[in-house]
Amino acid sequence: MTYPMEFKYTKDHEYINVQGSEAYVGLSNYAQDQLGDIVFVELPEVGRVIKQGEVFGVVESVKAVSDCYAPAGGTVVRVNERLLDEPDLINKDPHGEGWMMVIELADPSELDELMDINAYRRLLEEVGH
Amino acid sequence: MNFIPNTERDRQRMLEAIGIRSIEELFEDIPDIVRLKRELDLPRAMSESELYSHMVGLAGANSSFHEYVSFLGAGAYDHYIPAVVQHVLGRSEFYTAYTPYQPEVSQAVLQSIYEYQTMICELTGMDVSNASMYDGATAMAEAAMIACGQTRRKKIVVARSVHPEYRAVIHTYARGADLEVVEVDFQKDSGQVCGSGLAGQVPGAGCVLVQQPNFFGCIEDVQSIGNLARQHGALFVVAVDPLSLGVLRPPASYGADMVVGEGQPLGVPMSFGGPYLGFFAVTEKLMRRIPGRVVGATVDVRGQRGFVLTLQTREQHIRREKATSNICSNEALCALAATVYLSWLGKEGIQDLARHCLQKAAYARDRITSLDGYQRAFSAPHFKEFAVRCQVGTGRVLDELLKKKIIAGYPLGRDYPELDDVLLISVTEKRSRGQIDALVSGLEGLA
Amino acid sequence: MKRLEPLIFELSSPGRRAYSLPALDVPEQDLGQLLPAGELRQVPAELPEVSEVDVVRHFTRLSQLNHGVDIGFYPLGSCTMKYNPKINEVVAGLPGFANLHPYVPESMAQGALQLLYEIEQYLCEIGGMARATLQPAAGAHGELTGLLIIKAYHQARGERRTKVIIPDSAHGTNPASAVMVGMETVEVKSDHRGGVDVEVLRRVMDESVSCLMLTNPNTLGLFDENIHVIADIVHQKGGLLYYDGANANAIMGYARPGDTGFDVVHFNLHKTFATPHGGGGPGSGPVGVREDLVKYLPVPLVDFDGQRYLLNYDLPDTIGRVKLYYGNFSTIIKAYAYIRAMGPDGLKKVSENAVLNANYLMRKLLEHYDLPYDRHCKHEFVVKPGRIKEKTGVRTLDISKRLLDYGVHPPTNYFPLIVEEALMIEPTETESIETLDYFVETMNQIAREAYADPERVKTAPHTTVVGRLDEATAARRPVVRWKKE
Repeated sequence: MTYPMEFKYTKDHEYINVQGSEAYVGLSNYAQDQLGDIVFVELPEVGRVIKQGEVFGVVESVKAVSDCYAPAGGTVVRVNERLLDEPDLINKDPHGEGWMMVIELADPSELDELMDINAYRRLLEEVGH
Repeated sequence: MNFIPNTERDRQRMLEAIGIRSIEELFEDIPDIVRLKRELDLPRAMSESELYSHMVGLAGANSSFHEYVSFLGAGAYDHYIPAVVQHVLGRSEFYTAYTPYQPEVSQAVLQSIYEYQTMICELTGMDVSNASMYDGATAMAEAAMIACGQTRRKKIVVARSVHPEYRAVIHTYARGADLEVVEVDFQKDSGQVCGSGLAGQVPGAGCVLVQQPNFFGCIEDVQSIGNLARQHGALFVVAVDPLSLGVLRPPASYGADMVVGEGQPLGVPMSFGGPYLGFFAVTEKLMRRIPGRVVGATVDVRGQRGFVLTLQTREQHIRREKATSNICSNEALCALAATVYLSWLGKEGIQDLARHCLQKAAYARDRITSLDGYQRAFSAPHFKEFAVRCQVGTGRVLDELLKKKIIAGYPLGRDYPELDDVLLISVTEKRSRGQIDALVSGLEGLA
Repeated sequence: MKRLEPLIFELSSPGRRAYSLPALDVPEQDLGQLLPAGELRQVPAELPEVSEVDVVRHFTRLSQLNHGVDIGFYPLGSCTMKYNPKINEVVAGLPGFANLHPYVPESMAQGALQLLYEIEQYLCEIGGMARATLQPAAGAHGELTGLLIIKAYHQARGERRTKVIIPDSAHGTNPASAVMVGMETVEVKSDHRGGVDVEVLRRVMDESVSCLMLTNPNTLGLFDENIHVIADIVHQKGGLLYYDGANANAIMGYARPGDTGFDVVHFNLHKTFATPHGGGGPGSGPVGVREDLVKYLPVPLVDFDGQRYLLNYDLPDTIGRVKLYYGNFSTIIKAYAYIRAMGPDGLKKVSENAVLNANYLMRKLLEHYDLPYDRHCKHEFVVKPGRIKEKTGVRTLDISKRLLDYGVHPPTNYFPLIVEEALMIEPTETESIETLDYFVETMNQIAREAYADPERVKTAPHTTVVGRLDEATAARRPVVRWKKE
């Protein structure tokens, strides 16, 4: 699986994909692989203001559960409601159809603290992938 | 007695395999300063026959219900338990298993729980049932905790007409979780929870807890209470007597969000108070908040139907400090008793049984309250239990009837000082007209 | 040949019945006279309509699809799946116990009260405690009760302590219980010997900590040799020590939690004291406390005035009730009978043989399996299939599923969390050397299979009535009840 060049990544394996003033947030391929079959996703309410590093959602596999932390702060403008019926979209296409929410960034400079593709690849190598 | 199969010779072989000389060496990691350096001060061991005699002696020091006619209920009921229940429970495939972590060799436990869940959903009208809680009281307390978590409110409103021990457990759990509990009094004439009292307390509450029928046996106006709860965004939690649902409408029909209760009437012996069976059912919306085990249907790799523990991420072994409850062991064997009992009783049987209880209780009430010195304590309709005001006092009634080998009921003054002269009388299908008449004539002599 | 059994609802046939009721020998009144019309049930509950033979055959056939202690080896770690003596079932069913209503006058329940009084004393002696409540219905319920007592103790001293320290090897119930009493949890890592890291504990222990919850021996089956040091660290900062008794089967007669510094102790009667696990319950989780905590115990306690046993509700500082009535009485009877049958010497032998069996099994498994902490264990131990997994890709789950084909219930899988691919094995004292050798043989056989034909192991079980089940679909689209079509 390739990791998109233009995304930024967190050490907890969330990604953020900035498109203008909005940004798509989801779980990286590594995260979904570690969790296994995802069976349930809890998404934030649209309109909620989230701070960087705050829990914005929960993903559950059969025998694991994981909080998802916001890579950057902002206001939730859309959530991927398809995940409520098809949580396994995160397994099938984590960086595309499996996105979790779209936020309007509060402070784009927060992105500077995140990893770019190269730094993230090094992290994955460290954990043995 | 001793259930250790290995002989001295076996132990020697094992010590050699480990490479040590004595069992004592295996305990060397227990520091000397914390060691017990004497024998435990316990009675000496017994053979099986000695043990049996000893236990028969202890059991014999109790007065079994076989020797007495009892009208005692108040949360634990003397319903008949058909022989098939104990027969099935005696299958050691069921009772010597544990939580079905390995579904391939646990289909008996899993499928029976699935059947149990279905029966609880059918009785209550709810969407999802768990595999059981410890008892009706802890089920209600955990329902209150979950309601406050769900609504993010810190106040629990409970009717004072709910079983006193249920309320006591709710207070204990709420203190732990730093939640406030407000009790709403009952109406002195009807015995139902006070509507205006509720209306004053429900705003801002996370849940409203009532019992149907309530502790006095009275039928509550559940529709109005449900409406009030919904109007204020509080969850509506109802504790029910499962057998009453043979004649009373299911709580889902009046808007209950969670239905809990004591499953003891469903084939579980009174056994001096336990183990019993807490049942717990919720609407689909609350499915992922339900505490404890839940069994679901699925398919195996060969395409066959099979059953597994499901929605496990709610539970403590996965979610740890974020679990919806700490419950792990439950009351599975009592749930199996209920499943066998309800299978035996069946669709018609539960209606018949409920009708018998209702009619016999009504007969007893009419006979007793036609006597001088005995009045109905409350005007609300009732199911199998009713409260009677006794002019001569409940103490005298109980003592005098006991001499005739009749346990006349439960003195409500133990929990409600203002009901000092009120006796709660329970009539199950087991009580014959002759036994009821004997109670009546015993009471008559006292007035 | 074992076959899947239809649901009881699928056996239903309209009009068929098993039940019988005594005659309705009172004059029948109109239903509308007795109950408000609006409260009457309109649609009957869809309970099955079956004959008594159907009921008996259904549940008997169903029962044959289950493993249990009476069928074979059940080395489920931390669950103490020991043999459940049959005499205990018989005596718990005596009518004088089974038909006893919890609210009969005390004079009519003297035998039951005596039994409760005496077992409380036995448990206090075994645990080194002053008094105990028998109310909690399970281990987790005992934890909740114990933590409420600890919370009350600190509150009475005017202290607000908000944290509970829990080792990373703890049972999941520990943190879940802590949260139920409004506490935050602080995790301490295990040291290289598998015990609590004393230096880390020193750093996190302060005046905001209510208590440390500890299982000893812990879930690795290792006795914490620093227990007295740990107790000092916690006590010096005013905290209390809570003993999770899940693993007490290892130390009876050798050490008492109270003597090792614990202030509050729960026992699992369904583990240590041989009461059956019932397919998931009922259990019983009595909680014992040291002298100055007695006043916080739930009510009622059972007292003896020299002549009569009585229920004592007069504890002004009690935390209140945690359960209906007096606990899981019938389960308590079985534990009582067990303790009386074994006696002091018998209980000590239980622990000795449980520990011997575990050590024997542990050493014999090392040909193919790896030991994360190489020291004598107590009643249980953890191994992992490190070499096997590396070379064949076969994991703990696969090995467990393959064990099913050989008629053995697998050990606890993937727990404790601190050991990757953990297999947590607790043989108990009631297994013979032949059973242990068969298990070793089978585990070695599976290892050989993994090297020769890994797919055979990865697709196991092959002989059970159902194969591996699709748990992901079950959780994604939950079907948690049968519905009439």
